[in-house]
Amino acid sequence: MEGFIALYIFMLAAFTGYEIISKVPVILHTPLMSGSNFVHGIVLVGAMVMMGQAETGMQTVVGFVAVVLAAGNAVGGYVVTERMLEMFKSSGGKK
Amino acid sequence: MNFIVDTSYFIAAILFILGLKQMSSPMTARRGIIWAGVGMVLATIITYFHKDIQHNYFWMTVAIGVGGAIAYITAKKVKMTDMPQMIALYNGMGGGAAAAIAAIVLMQNDTSHGVTHQSLAVLGALIGTIAFSGSMIAFAKLQGLMWKVYRFKNQQWINLGVFLALVLIGLYMSFSGQDYSMGLLVAFFVLALVFGVMMTIPIGGADMPVVISLYNAFTGLAVGFEGYVLGNPAMMIAGVVVGSAGTLLTQLMAKAMNRPITNVLFSNFGEGGTGEAEEVSGSMKEIEASDVAVMMAFAEKVIIVPGYGMAVAQAQHKVWEMSKLLQDRGVTVKFAIHPVAGRMPGHMNVLLAEAGVPYDIIYDLDEINEEFATADVSLVIGANDVVNPAARTDTNSPIYGMPILNADYAKNTIVIKRGKGTGFSGIENQLFFADNTRMLYGDGAAATSELISGIKDL
Repeated sequence: MEGFIALYIFMLAAFTGYEIISKVPVILHTPLMSGSNFVHGIVLVGAMVMMGQAETGMQTVVGFVAVVLAAGNAVGGYVVTERMLEMFKSSGGKK
Repeated sequence: MNFIVDTSYFIAAILFILGLKQMSSPMTARRGIIWAGVGMVLATIITYFHKDIQHNYFWMTVAIGVGGAIAYITAKKVKMTDMPQMIALYNGMGGGAAAAIAAIVLMQNDTSHGVTHQSLAVLGALIGTIAFSGSMIAFAKLQGLMWKVYRFKNQQWINLGVFLALVLIGLYMSFSGQDYSMGLLVAFFVLALVFGVMMTIPIGGADMPVVISLYNAFTGLAVGFEGYVLGNPAMMIAGVVVGSAGTLLTQLMAKAMNRPITNVLFSNFGEGGTGEAEEVSGSMKEIEASDVAVMMAFAEKVIIVPGYGMAVAQAQHKVWEMSKLLQDRGVTVKFAIHPVAGRMPGHMNVLLAEAGVPYDIIYDLDEINEEFATADVSLVIGANDVVNPAARTDTNSPIYGMPILNADYAKNTIVIKRGKGTGFSGIENQLFFADNTRMLYGDGAAATSELISGIKDL
């Protein structure tokens, strides 16, 4: 990929992240941190690609570890976030 | 097929951003995480058709199964009070994954892609590894596996030395354009692991949320950089969005604690004060649960200040039960939440929501601080430093300047506390010695149960 296009992507993504968080009420900070933790679980995709093109046994092993860790990040991040937000919904309903 | 793969990644990136956006409001938050989840599933499945994957499909699936199952079981089981360290753990796993990806890229030792490619791989490796080992230490500390704060002489200088070594090796691998030995690569990762550990061990438990948030941002950046290396825009966008959002969140948290981020990282909690803290005069005055029950039942307004101690005692359900009894008697009950109550901003809100306390009686510091003066009783349960008046007056106190809840302005202050010890920061609390303060000793849940039966007996 062209270096400058990548730079533009990085810049726009950085602004997007900043904008999203700047309007968040304090009560949602913990779930949001957890939610953003889940989103970087997308590293799983990269781990899979890397493992799929591993050239040596060593690389395959490291790739395997990468996929295990990344899957843990994605699944764990999702489940804890969902559990937290689920409770928020029920308490809001009682009003 | 390539087109379908690229389109799916694009859709996933949109879903992540929209999902995070919806998580910024309580009404749509749950939909937000589900959207992001859909994006993740889509991206994962479509990756099986990625052109760069040639083999290892079976073991890849096994790895997803293993990692996913372990995370699923632990995430389902974890108690709400232990949430912060689990976030640290899963975040560390993500950082480790980004570092491992970088390790393979660097192992292939192929510098033909150019300097940008190579240096971003190195940078991602460095940040990801630090996020990994740092998060693991944060997890261990919050889980109570490692209580001590380790400090030794010249720690800052050693850290600086390690960091400079990392920078030098990193620059060499990025810009020399020559093949480097496997030994150098291993040394790089070992040093980065050590640096993450060294950076985290001197930081006390109270500052840990800020650090976890920082490592969360680190992992995001590492993922973004590795996304460039792999030519994967979904990783680039998701990673950098999290990187910048996490950085802002870290600043917000540090601000709520009145601790500049540099203080959190480079000094130690308790070193802020220059001299001895002011002598505390007076004595702690004990009170019986039945007397507190009477006091609250005939009050007009009661403000409850919950702290982490309440959560540890799992007393939030009892506290809400007690609040409902008081409400039935016509008492106005409000909850006052300090920004750092619990272990992260918003953590206490999650815990109260778990117990079923509705939103509209939970207030932030800014919203409620004026009201303490008009309250008949402020009930402090398991909170300590966040109600310490020393933060207002005592310039020598390490917590001087931190915004606190004005629990001491109420006509009567009741403090439920397990014993006579000091708080998380080890600072004596002047509130406990004030004239209008009474101490109710005991476990949060047990003491609240006594209060409930006391109110019922009236």
